[in-house]
Amino acid sequence: MTALVYVEHENGEVRDATLAAVTAGSKLGEVHAFVAGNNVAAVADAAAKIAGVSKVLVADGPHLDHGLAENVAPVAAAAMANYAAFVAASTTTGRNLAPRVAALLDVMQISDILSVEDDSIFTRPIYAGNAIATVRSSDSKKVITVRGTAFEKASREGASASIEPVDAGSDSALSSFVAMDASESERPELTSAKIIVSGGRALGSAEQFHALIDPLADKLGAAVGASRAAVDAGYAPNDYQVGQTGKIVAPEIYIAIGISGAIQHLAGMKDSRVIVAINKDEEAPIFQVADIGLVGDLFKIVPELTEKL
Amino acid sequence: MKVLVAVKRVIDFNVKPRVKMDGSGVDLANVKMSMNPFDEIAVEEAIRLKERGVATEIVAVSIGPQKAQETLRTSLAMGADRAILVQTPDDIGSEVEPLAVAKILAKIASEEQPGMIILGKQAIDDDSNQTGQMLAALLGWPQGTFASKVEHADGQVTVTREVDGGLETDRLKLPAVITTDLRLNEPRYASLPNIMKAKSKPLATRTADELGVDITRRLETLKVAEPPKRQAGDKVGSVDELVGKLKTLGVVQ
Ligand SMILES: Cc1cc2nc3c(=O)[nH]c(=O)nc-3n(C[C@H](O)[C@H](O)[C@H](O)COP(=O)(O)OP(=O)(O)OC[C@H]3O[C@@H](n4cnc5c(N)ncnc54)[C@H](O)[C@@H]3O)c2cc1C
Ligand SMILES: Nc1ncnc2c1ncn2[C@@H]1O[C@H](COP(=O)(O)O)[C@@H](O)[C@H]1O
Repeated sequence: MTALVYVEHENGEVRDATLAAVTAGSKLGEVHAFVAGNNVAAVADAAAKIAGVSKVLVADGPHLDHGLAENVAPVAAAAMANYAAFVAASTTTGRNLAPRVAALLDVMQISDILSVEDDSIFTRPIYAGNAIATVRSSDSKKVITVRGTAFEKASREGASASIEPVDAGSDSALSSFVAMDASESERPELTSAKIIVSGGRALGSAEQFHALIDPLADKLGAAVGASRAAVDAGYAPNDYQVGQTGKIVAPEIYIAIGISGAIQHLAGMKDSRVIVAINKDEEAPIFQVADIGLVGDLFKIVPELTEKL
Repeated sequence: MKVLVAVKRVIDFNVKPRVKMDGSGVDLANVKMSMNPFDEIAVEEAIRLKERGVATEIVAVSIGPQKAQETLRTSLAMGADRAILVQTPDDIGSEVEPLAVAKILAKIASEEQPGMIILGKQAIDDDSNQTGQMLAALLGWPQGTFASKVEHADGQVTVTREVDGGLETDRLKLPAVITTDLRLNEPRYASLPNIMKAKSKPLATRTADELGVDITRRLETLKVAEPPKRQAGDKVGSVDELVGKLKTLGVVQ
């Protein structure tokens, strides 16, 4: 079978999450890439090089700018006439688009897959990752989103796929893009970082969050994450949230500082290779998953740690 | 404008789910059940729209077993005006898939003609994050997913959305589907007098059959297993020891 993999892009570049989706797609069979956007020739060229991609479909038009689901979904659904599977990364972009495509195709989506067992059997986490379900889809076409931490990233180089324009559809006039308030950061992206330093409610204020977490992250070349409580309290922006309903990460090292370890938080980081926890409560549940724990006051420990590294 | 909200009865978020020994699913016997937290946020948002004079009537809908009435009563106690339970057979219970839920909600929307439908972004049991987007597709409406702010003016809504790179703002024509994220609002608790009052608010019961929606599952669950368990590691006694460990791991030179 051939899978159509949705290519996420930003400023003319293919986003990392797509590379894991390509790998998942290749477990189903041949992979074609689907690029939609405004003036996306450069993205199509980049997609054509991704190892494992044998053809790129491009839908280009001003109404496809910013990937508005109302405009992209009908184009993707139409392209699906020739494919057995639609595969997208389980990012906010993929989660926004794929179910809309699935409904247009009258297909029940398989969300956030961890593995491809065969062309209709997949595993996926449910209940905040406290259970792993093996499901078989009876739909003739599959619509799938892919958990990025569960699949290797395909190489950005290696293929020279053909590029084919497809009908770009028209503007539904249902929605329009107004603005993007991007949280600018020089640090690595959370979902692809090797090291993550994450802060929780215990940091107490945005000032203290930055004063303690940032220097440690800078020393380690790490990305910065946060618990929901820290985001709700305004210590960190929304896109720092790690967890069941935030970002799923699996770095080499995850350092949880002043985070209790609620199941919703663990859901987002418990597949990290090494977990370090700093918490003043030795009974905190985070210690049940931590490889290295240090019990004590973070306001003493973190500055000392930053200095000694 | 009428506002529809979709509320699902799920395991309470404070309960740690346990996988059944026979691998057939998660054990929900004698487990505390509550309204899906994102749906509480949806109900709250609808109430605020009504308080601002934008919404005129709030209709809460749940698809599930008879017990889902409790969830609907909670929404009525918070401030919804009436409720619809689309009752499912006991063997299906709350296992109706997002696509079928979306089809049922689309049918109800065609009867009720709401100006807005608010759902949670995700049910914390199946973690699907699909229903709102599917519903919008079936109705041919715009979708404002993962909303952290919803502003209504001149027949349009401006929705601020929590996305991976920050906050995106989109403008949608009405009618529209909105799905809630955590920072949209803080849901109120129902007061005792309002809980009493909710008992006499209308709650209609329907079935999928009568609405003409086939709820046969498309995904068959073959097995449910526990994820691999992590072992708790060692505690270190000082920052120096921690630095030593990090050096052994090659994190720092
Ligand atoms: C629908 C829903 C979705 C959710 N999604 C997410 C999600 O995606 N991600 C997420 O993280 N949470 C999520 N949550 C929230 C989750 O349930 C917890 O409330 C949250 O993770 C708690 O954050 P925290 O650990 O920072 O705060 P707390 O639980 O308050 O923990 C603070 C910790 O800091 C320690 N501490 C305090 N002072 C110090 C000090 N001076 N030095 C050292 N340690 C100290 C305390 O001992 C405590 O363990 C969700 C909840 C719901 C209902
Ligand atoms: N059985 C149901 N009854 C009512 N609403 C539901 C049901 N299932 C899903 N929803 C709504 O759809 C949202 C997303 O659910 P899901 O797509 O399953 O993650 C939930 O937050 C609810 O608002």
